Amino acid sequence: MNLSIFLEQVPDGDGPWWHMLASGLGWTLSTAFFAWIMAFTLGSVIGVVRTTEHRMLVRFGNAYVELFRNIPLIVQFFLWYFVVPGLIPAVKAWVITLDPTIHQFVTSIVCLGFFTSSRIAEQVRSGIQSLPRGQRYAAYALGMTQIQAYRYVLLPMAYRIIIPPLTSEVMNLIKNTAVAYSIGLVELFFRTREMGEMTFRYYEAFTAATVIYVVIAMTANRIMALIERRLAVPGYIVGGK
Amino acid sequence: MIELNNVRKWYGSFQVLTDCTTQVAKGDVVVVCGPSGSGKSTLIKVVNGLEPFQKGEITVDGISVGDPKTNLSKLRARIGMVFQNFELFPHLSIQENLTIGQVKVLGRSIEEATAKGLKYLDRVGLIEQKNKFPGQLSGGQQQRVAIARALSMDPIAMLFDEPTSALDPEMINEVLDVMVGLAQEGMTMMVVTHEMGFARKVANRVIFMDKGVIVEDCTKEDFFGSPRSDRARDFLAKIITH
Amino acid sequence: MDDLDFDVIVRTWPYLLNGLRYTLQLTLAAALGGTFFGTLLAMARLSSFKPLALVAAGYVNLMRSIPLLLVIFWFYFLMPVIIQSITGAARPVQIGADRSAYITFIMFEAAFFCEIMRAGIQSISKGQVNAAHALGLNYRQTMQLVVLPQAFRNMLPILMTQVIVLFQDVSLVSLLNVTDFVGASVKIAQRDSRVVEMYLFVAVVYFTICFTLSILVKRLQKRIAIIR
Repeated sequence: MNLSIFLEQVPDGDGPWWHMLASGLGWTLSTAFFAWIMAFTLGSVIGVVRTTEHRMLVRFGNAYVELFRNIPLIVQFFLWYFVVPGLIPAVKAWVITLDPTIHQFVTSIVCLGFFTSSRIAEQVRSGIQSLPRGQRYAAYALGMTQIQAYRYVLLPMAYRIIIPPLTSEVMNLIKNTAVAYSIGLVELFFRTREMGEMTFRYYEAFTAATVIYVVIAMTANRIMALIERRLAVPGYIVGGK
Repeated sequence: MIELNNVRKWYGSFQVLTDCTTQVAKGDVVVVCGPSGSGKSTLIKVVNGLEPFQKGEITVDGISVGDPKTNLSKLRARIGMVFQNFELFPHLSIQENLTIGQVKVLGRSIEEATAKGLKYLDRVGLIEQKNKFPGQLSGGQQQRVAIARALSMDPIAMLFDEPTSALDPEMINEVLDVMVGLAQEGMTMMVVTHEMGFARKVANRVIFMDKGVIVEDCTKEDFFGSPRSDRARDFLAKIITH
Repeated sequence: MDDLDFDVIVRTWPYLLNGLRYTLQLTLAAALGGTFFGTLLAMARLSSFKPLALVAAGYVNLMRSIPLLLVIFWFYFLMPVIIQSITGAARPVQIGADRSAYITFIMFEAAFFCEIMRAGIQSISKGQVNAAHALGLNYRQTMQLVVLPQAFRNMLPILMTQVIVLFQDVSLVSLLNVTDFVGASVKIAQRDSRVVEMYLFVAVVYFTICFTLSILVKRLQKRIAIIR
């Protein structure tokens, strides 16, 4: 294992190999960041909707979750990248005007955003449903509207309860950015493979990628544990009284 | 103030309330009792619309609860309710529990809400706990805070759904004392409970329910002295020998 | 929506079926192998022999921290070298991505099944173990006859859900040019320029299979809940 390879210049590129990997990491993290924002927002809405009394909304929410959890991620990437522009001329017209990298970037965010949002919807739903039914009644008894009840009573506790599974989702999202390789996004995994193929130093390249992913995973874990500690409610035991 | 007329409620095909008719006048303290499954909790919950009902009418202070045009949130804000499992909001401090309804629903300023909330907190004897969180208090303390929370909304009437059933025996009295105090000040109260001592002390009427039907609806003296129905007599016999 | 030719699916049906067969085979092998090794890993993690528990935990955490794609490629490069050292061959033994995928998925899924079985084993009350010991059963017999059967039955729905996830994860081997179901469809799509039709077809097939399986799992869960 010769680590000096990382300092060697990329042929026909600019900068040494570790630059390339760092740039890949940058794409990985930005994709994950934007996808998370989309997933968390959308997932929260769908999750909340699934806990209301409106039967049509609940059915819609359930269908939404089933759609995104029963198709492999790589197939979903292909659907967003090829099939949607292929079926909707307006999308195709817009996509053609984009720089290829931007097209891949946006597609990755949209794809991962929807995919992860369905998993977050599931977490949010189960978090809300794990709360004692009386909490909802107490909020209504004070005169709160449904929106106020969710905002001030149900969601604050539900989110705290689901921090551990949400942590897993963050980590899954970061790992899933590697699948964007399938549509050519130049994220970390793409750059790792590229480095391997061009220098034949596969072990160094893959070891670097492995180390980076492990460090990201540990960092994400630490951050979420910190958040959980900051938000902990004094005296509350998970599961309620 | 509260009127129920031929109220009927079904859960699917199971009838939970059958032809319930009664009134609670201003200043009345009505105790609702009966065996489990008699529908007494459900009766209380339809009064402020927490549970829907299919037939009959309910009016509170002249407002019809079943009317789809009624703003239920506004109505509920004027009725206080205390639950069996206290239902304080665990992520908020005691003080915040007391002010959140006032600020978000009644639109009071935070200063006004805090002053009023703390006044009632003191009234139930727990002013030093204002910065604690519900999980740090005992059951009896939590229930007293729950009563203070309901009182801070300046309700016209208070509904109690088995307020002491989830408490350890040594804490029941601290809550009942607060409720007795409220009754003696003239608060209109409807209380679902097994605590017959409380009923004998401050109630002026007793409603006895069995299998979703109001079997007895009479003054306290009549109920404890000579109830008309066998079921009520049976129930009393079992309860009183405690 | 013009110009779509779904006939291509009918024409290339045998080829696609072959790909689906590979996917199903790999899923089955990984499910069985993964459960077996996963259970061993779970017991290792729960053992009182610290070094073993640490190594097992380290392995599981590593597998769960890095992308599956990376694991697939790692095994693709490592397998030839490992086989070379085992068989003492002159140079790394190329075995092809489709074969290395078997090892990859068994080893990868083992980490996930480990966590599921670990939760299952820990959910069996200590009373059960005490009763077994009181009857005179040793550790191996206790595990084999009392704890593991119950743990397995309790976790069956979760295990099956993980198999459905595994079934979808297998599709990543297509990126190594392996002809699984997705790989076969990609090849047809590129060869015949029928990208939209093929990918829609793949999505529909996966959805149908996975959705049906998940309904079966839910039904199974209800039956287990009743039996309790």
